[in-house]
Amino acid sequence: MRAVSDALLSVRNLVTEFRTDGGVLRAVDDVSFDIPAGATVAVVGESGCGKSVTSLSILRLIQPPGRIASGQVLFEGRDLVTLPEREMRAVRGARIAMIFQEPMSSLNPVYTVGDQIIESLVIHQKRSKRDAWNRAVELLGLVGIPSPETRAKAYPHQLSGGMRQRVMIAIALACEPKLLIADEPTTALDVTIQAQILELLASLRTRLGMAVMLITHDLGLVAEFAEQVVVMYAGRVVERATVKQLFRSPQHPYTRGLLRSVPGYGDNRTARRLPTIAGVVPDLRDLPGGCRFRDRCDVAFDRCAREEPALRPIADDRLVRCHLESTP
Amino acid sequence: MSDAPLLETRDLRTWFEVQRGLFAKRGTVKAVDGVTLSVNPGETLGLVGESGCGKSTLGRTVLRLIEPTAGTIRFEGRDITALSPSAMRPLRRRMQMIFQDPYASLNPRMRVRDIVGEALDIHGLAPSPSEREGRIEALLKRVGLRPDQAPRYPHEFSGGQRQRVGIARALAVEPRFLVADEPISALDVSIQAQIVNLLKDLQEELGLAYLFVSHDLKVVEYVSHRVAVMYLGRVVETAPAASLYTDARHPYTRALLSAAPVADPEKKRLRIVLQGDVPSPLAPPPGCTFHPRCVLAKKGLCDVTAPALREVKPQHFAACHLADDAPSA
Repeated sequence: MRAVSDALLSVRNLVTEFRTDGGVLRAVDDVSFDIPAGATVAVVGESGCGKSVTSLSILRLIQPPGRIASGQVLFEGRDLVTLPEREMRAVRGARIAMIFQEPMSSLNPVYTVGDQIIESLVIHQKRSKRDAWNRAVELLGLVGIPSPETRAKAYPHQLSGGMRQRVMIAIALACEPKLLIADEPTTALDVTIQAQILELLASLRTRLGMAVMLITHDLGLVAEFAEQVVVMYAGRVVERATVKQLFRSPQHPYTRGLLRSVPGYGDNRTARRLPTIAGVVPDLRDLPGGCRFRDRCDVAFDRCAREEPALRPIADDRLVRCHLESTP
Repeated sequence: MSDAPLLETRDLRTWFEVQRGLFAKRGTVKAVDGVTLSVNPGETLGLVGESGCGKSTLGRTVLRLIEPTAGTIRFEGRDITALSPSAMRPLRRRMQMIFQDPYASLNPRMRVRDIVGEALDIHGLAPSPSEREGRIEALLKRVGLRPDQAPRYPHEFSGGQRQRVGIARALAVEPRFLVADEPISALDVSIQAQIVNLLKDLQEELGLAYLFVSHDLKVVEYVSHRVAVMYLGRVVETAPAASLYTDARHPYTRALLSAAPVADPEKKRLRIVLQGDVPSPLAPPPGCTFHPRCVLAKKGLCDVTAPALREVKPQHFAACHLADDAPSA
């Protein structure tokens, strides 16, 4: 990754824990990565890998019994982890915005979509109601909603899933954030609607010079949309690379297994069986000692059980958490 | 594969009467509207389409879990459209279903042993307790679970393991035909391939036929011999998988294929982005129901006359007036 000075956002050694009956669970364990201004960085992994908790930690939206135990989130020169709550509120929604997987549950059903967009404009930009309403209509037009004047007066249930996600994006863009965190933004949408939303995000990214942190489990989405990738497994970063490097020569056995198991990757379309990763994602309360992936790894050896590998650089902009020699 | 289809539908329709609001007029949702298709023994027919296209309703209708409004369903050569529930029962042994959500489709209060064993009891397939136990053990092994897991409850299993339990339950009665409705979409990526492989292995070992319902085009391409694409209750294109994926003729199929992200950042493709949403099934557009979103639509033709499914090349059918004119993808 680039030098820290270029980074818009720099997550350093982030640890987020949850207190449970069975002890303390580290959902995010010593995670570091940078997002340069205007770049798109994907955070990939399966359920429970810590990708969503990472994004919620960045915005300090972790609720008890969860807490950020240590680490820094540097954004525009300030550490968000220690920022007073009042200043944090000025960052949330204005400088960093977030869109979620399920637009219906993130929108308030009893307010019109126009009212929900002007809320952040009135709070963050101190605009008058009338001025904010005009801007809301403009934003709905910007995200490709037909007849925005009429739609601004509609309630969420009157819109389709794709339209609702556009409304969510309009709300997120209202204050022209420098960073947009998109957590599985298209998972609940059909593939033709997903294509519309991705095209919209790509054009807005260019037009507004906004960085995007894309959180997803969909490797196809990563390949088409991101520039850099952070692969997470059981709370840890296991690999960091540019998109091209990652797909051309995945280094971590987990990344390799994940890519190979997707139908259509390489020449596996014609294979009689798909390559798989054995076993299941480990329980964070009961992690294996040593490398967290070793139980499922087809190339694990005795050292993997004794000692957890460090995340080490193997080339420019490339990091891998594996004891085995790498060939980038 | 023999020539006689295992399952055959002719002009099958499943309509639902709905009332929007207390005083609103009643409407009809034509969830399945004139579908003719067949599944051969040992074959996988992939059924793809977006939400609301009627693919799940079709899957349930062919099993008579939802009653059809019109048309016929033939299974093993016999018309089962109007069979009484008691006449259907022996047939249910030979046609089973695997559900999308392995969390919702297993009774949380039953042990895995009884979830799998219940079907054996209903159909009287286990004369003695020891035989029942033996069959349950064999079924669990066959789907990749351990026999000692039989006394456990569903919540003690991961998503992938629960889907294996669901498959074992379906296999208990030795079916020939399975409807798999989005069987892997609720699972983690690394687990999906395990279940896909299991379904393929079982097909080879047992000669099962599948109607594989999914919105995931890549998975459908991988598992299917033939594929049918649905849009607003109708099949708009059906062909052998290789032909459909390399030479799609219907503009909707092409848009669908081009919209699916490909796991290769160095392959830049021309993407067809469809405008607008799928129209409401309560008020489908006249003529070809796809014409308002179609870039090729011809005024006076596509907005007036609904195209019939016709053979555009051997074994490859498309319901489009312009399927021959359209340049190959």
